[in-house]
This record gives sequence, C-alpha cells and structure tokens, in this order.
Amino acid sequence: MTEMTVTSPTLLDAQATERSRRVPGGLVLSWRQFEFWLVLFRRTWRGTVLTAVFGPVMYLTAMGVGLGTLVDQNRSLPGGVSYLSFIAPGVLAATAMQNGIFEGSFNVLGSLKWHGNYWAAVNTPQRPQDVMLGTAMQGLMRIFAMSVVFFGSMAGFGTVHSAWGLLALPASLLTGAVFLFGMMAYSVTIDTDQPLNVVFRFVMMPLFLFSGTFFPWQQLPAWMHPVAFATPLWHGVELSRELTLGTPDAGSVLIHLGYLFAALALVYWLARRNFRARLYLDR
Amino acid sequence: MSEPSASPEVLIKAEGLIKTFAKKNSEPFTAVAGIDFEVRRGEVFGFLGPNGAGKSTTMRMIGCVSPVGGGRLSLFGLDPNTRGPEIRARLGVVPQEDSLDLEMRVRDNLHVYGRYFGLPRPVIRERAQRLLEFVQLADRAEDKVEPLSGGMKRRLTIARALINDPEILILDEPTTGLDPQARHVVWDRLYRLKQQGTTLILTTHYMDEAEQLCDRLVVMDKGRIAAEGAPRELIERYATREVLELRFPLGEQEQAAEKLAGLGSRLELLPDRVLVYADDGDAVLSEARGRGLEPLTALVRRSTLEDVFLYLTGRTLVD
Repeated sequence: MTEMTVTSPTLLDAQATERSRRVPGGLVLSWRQFEFWLVLFRRTWRGTVLTAVFGPVMYLTAMGVGLGTLVDQNRSLPGGVSYLSFIAPGVLAATAMQNGIFEGSFNVLGSLKWHGNYWAAVNTPQRPQDVMLGTAMQGLMRIFAMSVVFFGSMAGFGTVHSAWGLLALPASLLTGAVFLFGMMAYSVTIDTDQPLNVVFRFVMMPLFLFSGTFFPWQQLPAWMHPVAFATPLWHGVELSRELTLGTPDAGSVLIHLGYLFAALALVYWLARRNFRARLYLDR
Repeated sequence: MSEPSASPEVLIKAEGLIKTFAKKNSEPFTAVAGIDFEVRRGEVFGFLGPNGAGKSTTMRMIGCVSPVGGGRLSLFGLDPNTRGPEIRARLGVVPQEDSLDLEMRVRDNLHVYGRYFGLPRPVIRERAQRLLEFVQLADRAEDKVEPLSGGMKRRLTIARALINDPEILILDEPTTGLDPQARHVVWDRLYRLKQQGTTLILTTHYMDEAEQLCDRLVVMDKGRIAAEGAPRELIERYATREVLELRFPLGEQEQAAEKLAGLGSRLELLPDRVLVYADDGDAVLSEARGRGLEPLTALVRRSTLEDVFLYLTGRTLVD
C-alpha cells in the first residue's frame, strides 16, 4: 500500500486529464455546479416531495373550501369568481416567491459557512458566476417542480378556467426567479442566519399578505396602492390570476412581464457581482 | 504559453506582486507589498513567515481566487486575472480550512470535486480509490467526513486536490492544528509526492516543516520577502553553525548579557533566554563559565530557520 503512486496509470486516464485541462464555454461550468446540487438533492428528495404535495392540498382545502364558503356568500369578488379561484393563482405566485426566497438563502449561506462547497468549487475551473448560476438552476428546478405540483392541485380543485392557465406555470417560475436571484445576491454578503429571519418576517410575510394574494388589491387603502404596484409579487399574482381565470389583457400582461423581466435582469446582475466580490476577494 | 523557457522550466513567476485590500473607514491594508519569486517544475517551494506576513494572500493569488492587485504574476505563462479557470484546471489546492462537505461520505467528496473538472465518472472512481489508498483512508471511503480526525480530514483534502492530476499542488499551512503524529503522516505523503516529481508550494510557520520539505523557500515578513534560498543556504548565510541557548534567573539576564559581550559572533536577547551564535557552542559555554556565569540551563543546538528569521526580523516566528 505504501508503494502506491498517484501518477496516471492508463491511457484513458491521461486522456481524461488532457480533456479536463480544456475549460468549456457556455453554460457547461454552471451545469457542473448544478450537478453538485443534484447529488445533494438525491439525499433529501423524499421529504421535499411530501411537503410539495401535501402543502398545497391542505392549503386549498382550508382557504378555498373552508374560508371560501363564507366569503362566497357575499359574492363580492371582481368578475363574480369563487374565492377559491381567486386566491389559487395568487397563492401559486406567492408560493413561487417563498420557494425562491428559501432556495436563495440557506443554500448560499450554508455553502459559504457550513458546508464549504463554494470555497472548494472556486479552486476548480468554476468561476463565481458558474457557482451562482448552478446554484440558481437547482433553485429554479425546485420552484418549477413545486409550481407544477401546486398547479396540479389547482386544476384538481377546478380553479383553472382556461387553457391560458397553463402559462401561469412559466409566469410563476419568472416570479420565483426574481426572488431567488435577489435573495442569492443578498445571502452571499452575510455571515450569519440572523438577517435571513428578518427577511422572512419583514419582507416575505408582508409581501405574501399584501400583494393581492388573498384579497383584491383595491381593498387596500389608496396610499398603499403604489407600494403594491412596486413589488414584484403583485405583478406575479396579477399575471398569474389573469391567466388562470382566462381573462388576460394584452396591455396589463405586457406591463407585468416587462416589470418582472426588468427586475430579473437587475437582481441577476447584482447576484453575479456579489458572488464575485465574495468568492474572489473576501478571504 | 510558448515562451522560450530556460531549463528547469519555470512554472510560476512573480514580479513586484502586490495585493491591497480596501478597508472601511481607514487606510487600505497592503497584505503583499511587491514580491518577486520563481517556482520551477518539480521543486518544493515554501513561503515561511508568521501569521499576517502575506503568505495566504500570495497563495490565493497563485491559486487564482484573488485577483492580482499589482505587479505581475504568471502561471504556466498565463495571466491569472484573465485565464483563471484554465490555470485552476492544472492546480491542486489544499486550503487552510479543509472546506470538505462534512455530511457527505468520504468518497462522494472526491466525486463531486472531480466533476467540477469535468472528469468522467469511471475515471473519478478509479482515481478516488487510488488516492484514498495513497492518503491511507481507503477503509473510510464509505464513512461520512464528520467523525474523521483533523489529520484524516487534511489527508482527504490532499487526496481531493490530486483528483485532477495537477501539475502544481498548493498547500496553505498543511499541518497547522494537527497533532505531531498526524503531522508526520502528512509530511510523509507530501515527501512521496515530491519524489514522484509533483511540484509543491506550501506555506508554513513551522521551521521543521520548511527544513524537511522545501528545496527552496522565501522568508516573508510584513508583506515583503526578507530572504530567499535553500534552507541550508539560508542558515549558512544568516546564522552560525551552532547556537548556545542560556537561561538565567529572573532579573539577572541583563547583567549576564553584558558579561557575555564579545563571545560568539552575535548575541540575541529574548524575553526568556539569551542566544549566542557561534560555530562551536560548547567552547563558548566553557568560556562563559570561565567568566563566572552560572546559567540555569544551557543548551547547544544547530542553527535552524528560526534563527534566520530572528536575525532578519528581530522577532520569533510563532508569537
């Protein structure tokens, strides 16, 4: 055993080394980072899938069927839709936001502080932007998977009223992406999980409650309207709702999409910049 | 890349290398203040110096994870600021903190790392087995990393750094925090790598480590290079063959030092002892006794790099 050498013994091995010296372009490096997350996911997928399926079903039952029965007696929702049909697309978008924020927080902080995988990765051909994008890919995958499951339950409860509704899936992915990249841009700058709890309580919860998810935004006091219009979630909720109710209006859809894509471009740029600053300079 | 290279081949070249960190509300901090060095293929090159000397910052620039702040640095003839990923593909890095995933199994840590280099799975599998045997961890391959001892974790980090068959292995304080036995195992493995012709760069603040492993080294202090050469060369240049270490009762050291004046080629007063540099320590000791000095303890030893460092900076290495 002590006579072991570490030099390459075979031609195949030497060829592999030769190939590993050439650094690929495009998204290959980011994909390798994504693969790392898939290895982790294989360990934890069971728990994730269970929550993903039971969460929405319980939610729609309690809010829509339970609470909704009381609300619907007043028949006061715009367009006369049922309360369940009203909140379901809102919760779809809000859940995407929530998943985006979660996926962009502990994964990043844990990789920096507890698991060390980011510090390991930067000693390989991985660049900070690959680390960032690969991590984001797994977040997007989860956001999308959870959205699909939720959308399935929504359809099961009869709240998808048009074929347009299918487009609520990419819309919620877009909404989730804005929060994912934004949260990643922030998480990569911190050193403890204290600030994360502040974000969950004082950013995520208010957004969840006041972005027109559970009641029409028109019910808010007038001074809060501009605040609602300024949040990405409001645009995500409205977009998602127009699609599942089958009432998309070209003008407002374009405004929502424009807003969300502009926000995405901004937070993507921020995430890229902050990952570089942290992973290349800080230590 | 096709620069005409003198033999032996120069792999790393630094000229006037600088790194400055911006600080909030104060002057920028200069960690590396203009250093020159060359590392040639097949040699073991050391950066020796106390904490805060700029060793780790230099290592991070060499490892292309910290942009070059000024001056010039090239690895394999490439510029780290623009060709980082290509250079890193040819490096193996053992960072100061192991950065292992503690919840993953030993073998999986090697696997995910190998994938970052785009190595095919069968190649990684074969290499992981070979490398785990090399670092004497084959029997722990299926265990989680968490319960491994500090020495085992460090060896695993070394195995991981070798997964891409690197041309240069960079080790930042490879044995800091390990117990003496674990240090010897690491040294033994590094020595084997050296014999197989791997180029090694290491930082350390342990004299014995530098003396045992390094073909050439630079002594760093406050961001600058204080001296450069082979360990024996440096000792010959800056120290005498032997050192006489004398301890005196509390408060008597000053007077004793006065009486010692003129003995050996140089005196060094430390808080707890007096060092007399001389080629024949025993002769100096009897001379001192002849002058009526009665030290509590007297020790004659060979000069080490510690003495070189003390001479160059007026300070001991591990404060």
